[in-house]
Amino acid sequence: MIHSLFLVNASGDIFLEKHWKSVVSRSVCDYFFEAQERATEPENVPPVIPTPHHYLISVLRHRIYFVAVIQSEVPPLFVIEFLHRVVDTFQDYFGVCTEAAIKDNVVVVYELLEEMLDNGFPLATESNILKELIKPPTILRTMVNTITGSTNVGEQLPTGQLSVVPWRRTGVKYTNNEAYFDVVEEIDAIIDKSGSTITAEIQGVIDACVKLTGMPDLTLSFMNPRLLDDVSFHPCVRFKRWEAERILSFIPPDGNFRLLSYHVSSQNLVAIPVYVKHNISFREGSSQGRFDLTLGPKQTMGKAVEAVLVSSQLPRGVLNANLNASQGTYTFDPVTKMLTWDVGKINPQKLPSLKGTMSLQAGASKPDENPTINIQFKTQQMAISGLKVNRLDMYGEKYKPFKGIKYMTKAGKFQVRT
Amino acid sequence: MSVQNFPPIYSTVVEIFQWLKSVYKNISFPEKGSCLSSGRSLAPRGRRSCSSIGCIVSVPFGSHNNVWSTGRDPAIWEADTDAVYAALSHHLWSTFTAPEAKSSNEDLKEMLESNKESLKLEAMKRVVGLIAKGKNASELFPAVVKNVASKNIELKKLVYVYLVRYAEEQQDLALLSISTFQRALKEPNQFIRASALRVLSSIRVSIIVPIMMLAIKEASADMSPYVRKTAAHAIQKLYSLDPDQKEQLIEVIEKLLKDKSTLVAGSVVVAFDEVCPDRIDLIHKNYRKLCNLLVDVEEWGQVVIISMLTRYARTQFTSPWKEDNEKAFYESEEEKKDQTEATPYTMDPDHRLLLRNTKPLLQSRNTAVVMSVAQLYWHLAPKHEVNIVTKSLVRLLRSHREVQYIVLQNIATMSIQRKGMFEPFMKSFYVRSTDATHIKTLKLEILTNLANEANISTILREFQTYVKSQDKAFAAATIQAIGRCATDISEVTDTCLSGLVLLLSNRDETVVAESVVVIKKLLQTQPTQHSDIIKHMAKLFDNISVSMARASILWLMGEYCERVPKIAPDVLRKMAKTFTAEEDIVKLQTVNLAAKLYLTNSKQTKLLTQYILNLGKYDQSYDIRDRTRFVRQLIVPNEKSGALNKYARRILLAPKPAPMLESAFKDRDRFQLGTLSHSINSKATGYQELSDWPAVAPDQSVRNVEVVEPSSSESEEQSSDESDETSSDSGKSSSGSEKSSSESEPEQKKKTKTKKAPQKKSKAAAAVTAPSFGPVKTHELLHHMTGKGLSAKYHFPRQPCLYQPSMVAVQVILANSSDHSLEKIHIGDRSPAGLNIHCFNTIERLEPEASVTVSMGIDFSDSTQAANFQLCTKEDQFSVSIQPVVGELLMPSTMSEQDFSKEQGKLLGMNETSATVAMATANTSSQAVSKQVLSVANVGVVSSGPNDLHRFAGRTVSSGALVLVSLELKESSALLTINTEKSVMASMLLRDLKQALALA
Repeated sequence: MIHSLFLVNASGDIFLEKHWKSVVSRSVCDYFFEAQERATEPENVPPVIPTPHHYLISVLRHRIYFVAVIQSEVPPLFVIEFLHRVVDTFQDYFGVCTEAAIKDNVVVVYELLEEMLDNGFPLATESNILKELIKPPTILRTMVNTITGSTNVGEQLPTGQLSVVPWRRTGVKYTNNEAYFDVVEEIDAIIDKSGSTITAEIQGVIDACVKLTGMPDLTLSFMNPRLLDDVSFHPCVRFKRWEAERILSFIPPDGNFRLLSYHVSSQNLVAIPVYVKHNISFREGSSQGRFDLTLGPKQTMGKAVEAVLVSSQLPRGVLNANLNASQGTYTFDPVTKMLTWDVGKINPQKLPSLKGTMSLQAGASKPDENPTINIQFKTQQMAISGLKVNRLDMYGEKYKPFKGIKYMTKAGKFQVRT
Repeated sequence: MSVQNFPPIYSTVVEIFQWLKSVYKNISFPEKGSCLSSGRSLAPRGRRSCSSIGCIVSVPFGSHNNVWSTGRDPAIWEADTDAVYAALSHHLWSTFTAPEAKSSNEDLKEMLESNKESLKLEAMKRVVGLIAKGKNASELFPAVVKNVASKNIELKKLVYVYLVRYAEEQQDLALLSISTFQRALKEPNQFIRASALRVLSSIRVSIIVPIMMLAIKEASADMSPYVRKTAAHAIQKLYSLDPDQKEQLIEVIEKLLKDKSTLVAGSVVVAFDEVCPDRIDLIHKNYRKLCNLLVDVEEWGQVVIISMLTRYARTQFTSPWKEDNEKAFYESEEEKKDQTEATPYTMDPDHRLLLRNTKPLLQSRNTAVVMSVAQLYWHLAPKHEVNIVTKSLVRLLRSHREVQYIVLQNIATMSIQRKGMFEPFMKSFYVRSTDATHIKTLKLEILTNLANEANISTILREFQTYVKSQDKAFAAATIQAIGRCATDISEVTDTCLSGLVLLLSNRDETVVAESVVVIKKLLQTQPTQHSDIIKHMAKLFDNISVSMARASILWLMGEYCERVPKIAPDVLRKMAKTFTAEEDIVKLQTVNLAAKLYLTNSKQTKLLTQYILNLGKYDQSYDIRDRTRFVRQLIVPNEKSGALNKYARRILLAPKPAPMLESAFKDRDRFQLGTLSHSINSKATGYQELSDWPAVAPDQSVRNVEVVEPSSSESEEQSSDESDETSSDSGKSSSGSEKSSSESEPEQKKKTKTKKAPQKKSKAAAAVTAPSFGPVKTHELLHHMTGKGLSAKYHFPRQPCLYQPSMVAVQVILANSSDHSLEKIHIGDRSPAGLNIHCFNTIERLEPEASVTVSMGIDFSDSTQAANFQLCTKEDQFSVSIQPVVGELLMPSTMSEQDFSKEQGKLLGMNETSATVAMATANTSSQAVSKQVLSVANVGVVSSGPNDLHRFAGRTVSSGALVLVSLELKESSALLTINTEKSVMASMLLRDLKQALALA
């Protein structure tokens, strides 16, 4: 199983190491650095690297490589999934997962890693259990600790690990009992040159923030559960109940968690909330290129399209872009050739546009491909698939909780080929 | 201070300090201040001047600038030179303030030895910081180990971290801590026991192996499942420390495998995999339990259990994949022949149990679990069931980049063998410009694998976009993919070729070069009628500068020079002009072209060839000179060349086999999917091969938890269903399912008991409605005298038949009363020919005095005609026959009194048979009546009021026709009525019932 873990930052320094079995020399990472040098982009480092005696499995998150050292056969996804859990836990504990945050909290990090693996096999990865074992650092607690000399490590030993609902800690108490659910859908789409959809699909998640006293047993039902084609659940959801009645029945973990992620069946046509009119052209022999982009709303069901951000990787030959945005601001990075345009909200009366010229390297031939345009956007109060929560009921506890549900649609990997 | 005082190389900070100390002792400074300032000036220069291999710290010291390179221990310098600076200045200060010297760790030591808890904790935190940075803190060992018994939990935990890290290096000192852990192992709190065992087993000191062994043995019998889980982890640690303990550890594993807690299951399987993966016999008895617990085990445990069970299943069950072929066989006319050769496949219920219990895990949020279920289905499920994993795998593509990478690799392997699985999801593999390059190429690979006649046009259109990609490596890969599509699908070869030819005028050289290479390969596979393309390439030749591409064109010219008789010599002419400026690979092909043209068209090219051969003769590269000399001897006849010359044409113009354009994932299926080995395409350390299916299933009874009777498949089915249900509401289940699995055992016992004592008439039967377990009569099938020692008895267990609903289940007890073992007991020829029998699996060996019970299914088609078949052993064949009793051809049916009357109303007239029966006095009570009727016929009691009318209902097994029996008691006689469409059966049943009721 997992032998050691090295954290490597963007400049290739190992800034943390942890060993669960005997110590592996950090020189093993040289193989990783070699691969890193060979890769043109940070993302192109292969996730699995065989070396003569070990295997390195790495994930890249927040510009930090988490490199796990493996000595013998183990499913690679097992390691990858675990590493991502580690990152999620760090994020959960420190708010951000950066080199600085990890260095500042190196003791907590070490305590966490110690609890998460025993002899390379995952022991406790459930955030509720970990938080009982090791309290997350907050400014207040750090202050109190320095004054009173108390510690971050839980005085009581965790009970969750033994209970029948390992994801929930016992003895939860709130004065305000609330349960919030966010239905967030993402549209993944590829739109071709002429504006027709090549592929489009909707992926959704239901994120929950549940702060309820005691051991509540919740059921959540949908108006139109048939929409959900493929689902994956948090372990708390009772699978048989879903199979039989299409109802989510669960004892929730305490705090934030992802209840469900789903895929909307592909038979349904996907409504695309924005359209793009583009005219990007380079002429042979001239050192100028034209750039003309207009965005507009389409099939938005009356909701505003907000937080629109357009980005595009311009061809290598482009030296500079001299553009005029009717709304928002644009930036062009001459080194990476990345054009980003922060549009904001789309006003259907006055469509935002970005027009102007691009100057090309003199004498360079015309780029043979027009750049792909990536678009991000958000629409509030609407799930694009039409999924609706019917009702939420609570059993097992006496009080009346406050319930809230929010819908949102976002662009996932939304690309327009030009 | 003199120069000789500088030692050449310092390997550790400590040495530098020591050296500094000696220097300072020799000289005297006027004040403290000046020294400090010189120390401070170290910082800015020394800072960040470290490289990871060796490090150079420049230290301006007084008037001297000295450079030391420390070669051995870069780690010390690596992370933070600030610390070094701080340490140095501290050190310098203390050399003047205190007479005795201290290193940087010295103050940590002091803090650790102080009485204040907070100081100790602070010191430990700094020590852990050092460990995290990979610095050596081993010299603090004595100071740290003292705190192992601290009351402060955080301090204690940090000490544990330290201990585990350094115990191996400081074995003697580490022993000091052992007694603390031994004491903690006896604590009443389970968490303290567990953590003590955890640390104790993590200390890799071989002297304490016996202590660890003892601790593990004790912990494996602990009350708390959490401690037992820790014990399972400790097993692997001990095994890696001392493999000699294997035998003892296996005993502990065996014990822990029997554990019913979900907490332990995953960990013990990890230990099993590590210590004794080949001891499959340990799994048999726990197989069903593991299957049933699986849903409730934590996710990481699920992954290891599933992959272990995959390997297990491949050794224990027969292949479900032959099924399709066999069906096809049956449909053809050779039915009889086949039946004797191969028994039709039925899935072992345990095999089915595994598939059924893993399926819900496809919905797990853990990608590793989903992948392991997918590989389980791929390796174990019947072909038509594998498709259910597709959706879940495609879902994983939404996850992180690294997950995508692994999943795409596996899909690539799967899609080669089973295109249909992923074809509906083709669009999920479309490439986005933001994907990483390795993701892009994997997606391309999959799209190429999925290409078929129907979707090729869509795929090619998509490829056209990719070819224009700015990522040139990816564009080149796309061209190769187009080439593969063109060879695989002959319909589009021409389209692809013309598309590739268009690409020849592309501005990017890599694209052009790749296209030429692919075109060359394509033309080679079908060289007919492509002279146009060759001509076109000849035209483009002047504009192409990539040598590989030029060489490919020249080779094409030479190979097909007879198709382009006018152009080829012209190309050679051009090449003659530029020959000296070309790359080697181009020159070689020019020589080849010249030689081939000389042979086919010597009139035009004789001079050109000679000119080129002369150029080649004096070329700088000896490869070219060598080749030229060889070609000259081969093609130009002279006295010395001898016989070879005659064969020049056959040598140079021999037809060449076309190259194969194949997927890079073609041979990956030799590895189990989802494994590290599959991912890196070579065998990883510790990879265990997936064995092939056994030709004949090993004895399935080994998995029975109750050793009494094998293959009482119905009770298995039921017990597994039960635990299925309980584990379904996974909310409160883990304890629940534990209970249920333990509950199901006594139940199984009960059932086996009834079967074991079939003569004992069950009194409860009358009270039961349906299904009723009536008395069971055993009939003789084969006497041991006629069977040469083999005897067989059969009875009707009155269970619905598992194999087909229209069959009647028959249990046969085979016993060997001879003095030698009998081998290969199976069923041979049967008559009537169309008789549909589900045979039992061949029994490999039956020892003397042993007996075995097997179940089979026979379709009697609602007639009492006997089923004749041959019971064969390795040497002999015995004709036997099973004569069905009419009552056994029924199965009980549940209905209310109203329904009964309604149905009876429909079956009057011809369908009614009745008779008056003289009742024996003992049979007048309602219980006795039911008992008698049920002993004759497998019908269900229809509950009715306390009157004298008894009703029973059943259906015929094969056709499902209703059979209604009613009995009206009148003093000492009774009116027996049977209503059914099957009048023959009715009269036979009437006779049997009459007999039974009158007797006794």
